[in-house]
Amino acid sequence: MSTQVFYFVATLSIIFSLMVIFAKNPIHSVLYLILTFFTFTVHYVLLNAQFLAVVNFIVYMGAIMVLFLFVLMLLNLNKDTEPSKSPLIKIVGVIAGGCLVVTLIGSLKSASINSPLILKNQGLGLVENLGKELFGPFLLPFELSSLLLLAAMVGAVLLSKRDEVEA
Amino acid sequence: MDSAFVIEKFILVAVIFGISLVIAMYSTYAERKVAAYLQDRLGPDRAGPFGILQPLADGVKMFMKEEIIPATSNRWLFIVGPGLALLCACIGTAVIPWGTPIEIGGKTIPLQVTDINVGVLYIFGVVSLGVYGVMIGGWASNNKYSLLSAIRAASQNISYEIAMGLSIIALLLVTNSLSLKEIVDKQHGFWANGWFTWYFFKQPLGFIIFMVCSFAETNRAPFDLPECETELIGGYHTEYSSMKLGFYLFAEYINMFVSSAVMATLYFGGFNYPFMDLAVTHLGQNWASIIGVFALFGKICGFIFFFMWVRWTIPRFRYDQLMNLGWKGLIPLAIANIIITGVVIAIIEKF
Repeated sequence: MSTQVFYFVATLSIIFSLMVIFAKNPIHSVLYLILTFFTFTVHYVLLNAQFLAVVNFIVYMGAIMVLFLFVLMLLNLNKDTEPSKSPLIKIVGVIAGGCLVVTLIGSLKSASINSPLILKNQGLGLVENLGKELFGPFLLPFELSSLLLLAAMVGAVLLSKRDEVEA
Repeated sequence: MDSAFVIEKFILVAVIFGISLVIAMYSTYAERKVAAYLQDRLGPDRAGPFGILQPLADGVKMFMKEEIIPATSNRWLFIVGPGLALLCACIGTAVIPWGTPIEIGGKTIPLQVTDINVGVLYIFGVVSLGVYGVMIGGWASNNKYSLLSAIRAASQNISYEIAMGLSIIALLLVTNSLSLKEIVDKQHGFWANGWFTWYFFKQPLGFIIFMVCSFAETNRAPFDLPECETELIGGYHTEYSSMKLGFYLFAEYINMFVSSAVMATLYFGGFNYPFMDLAVTHLGQNWASIIGVFALFGKICGFIFFFMWVRWTIPRFRYDQLMNLGWKGLIPLAIANIIITGVVIAIIEKF
């Protein structure tokens, strides 16, 4: 049952993420990206990682994608503002894409579905256990990453304020 | 999963869905009556006694109107917008505990659709998703005013979500749980250990921040800038007609109902009421539970009335005032609230 749901949702994720690339209209791309993130949320729920699922739901679907949509609506992109695509860029794009495919195939070859990783603690994704892990053994990396985010935030504020200070 | 369980949940979902629709329907009537009272008018009084059939008349009118889809708009997204708005408004009720469990024929039935251990975050997620209905509808209308309204809705929603989340963090420091059922159970009764049990009395500042933010999240006055008629003609629903417009208007009232229920659950004890243990011993579990459900709905109606009262009391904010209040007023206050709460808890636990 769970495996069938997984394959169904995984197919949906792939279809939606392909639609992100193939959609002509940038707004449609963003909407497909939102659907892709929604299928990821379902994946997290299937993995019994409820906290991660809800956070993915709030942060990615509810906040970051709203900002993406906001910016795209403000820019109001259309045919005239589309950047020109020279043949050089196309060739570079093909080479980069080819490299990615080779890497993906290489990593998929070493992965095997015959010996799946089994979680020792089934309830690890529940919020209480996750909190104990994060604030216990992983306290230092957790605090460091929060410091990094704070630095990024202060930097962003500083960059947007710079004009005012000089004037 | 036996069939009895499925039937039980199905009935519960249907009842809650029906109740929220009826309350939303009569909120439109109540809003007009409250507005009339505050402005010294009579309000609707033609359809039925005291005009109580007015919502039905409005509904019939909405259904009978001509359906117009602008020729240049994106047809599919134009239809998805109002549907998404109503869907997001309705699914929030799934995690709210409506009462203590009741017993029917020796079987205990919890009056809550599902008790997930991240209930508060689920509500938060649904609220943050609600803005997509407005954004998609506003963009698909292919109208400059609708687009402006959609952009306003997005920025307002994002700004106030931060303060809302921070005010909830302070509450969670007190509750130690994300499950709405546990949060309500911890507010049992009204008075215990020399202080009120309801979290409003432990988190008054947090409640005020949360309430202001839920006004902003539901696009209610004084935060109804996305539908500011004087600047945007009508707002995101300028191009909508018939029941699709009805969906948007209805979603606003359901949102109001859900956020009232959340405020009552988180800060005002949910289905708890004073002397509830006395009621259990004298009237039995079931009657006490039913009184609890009525207590919760009483609190919800009180909050809905408060929403309307504010709408006809405070004028609409200007856009820069809105942003100033959100970023420079509420967010620092919410952070201060977290710090104070943390310090107080540390002092109480250590000494």
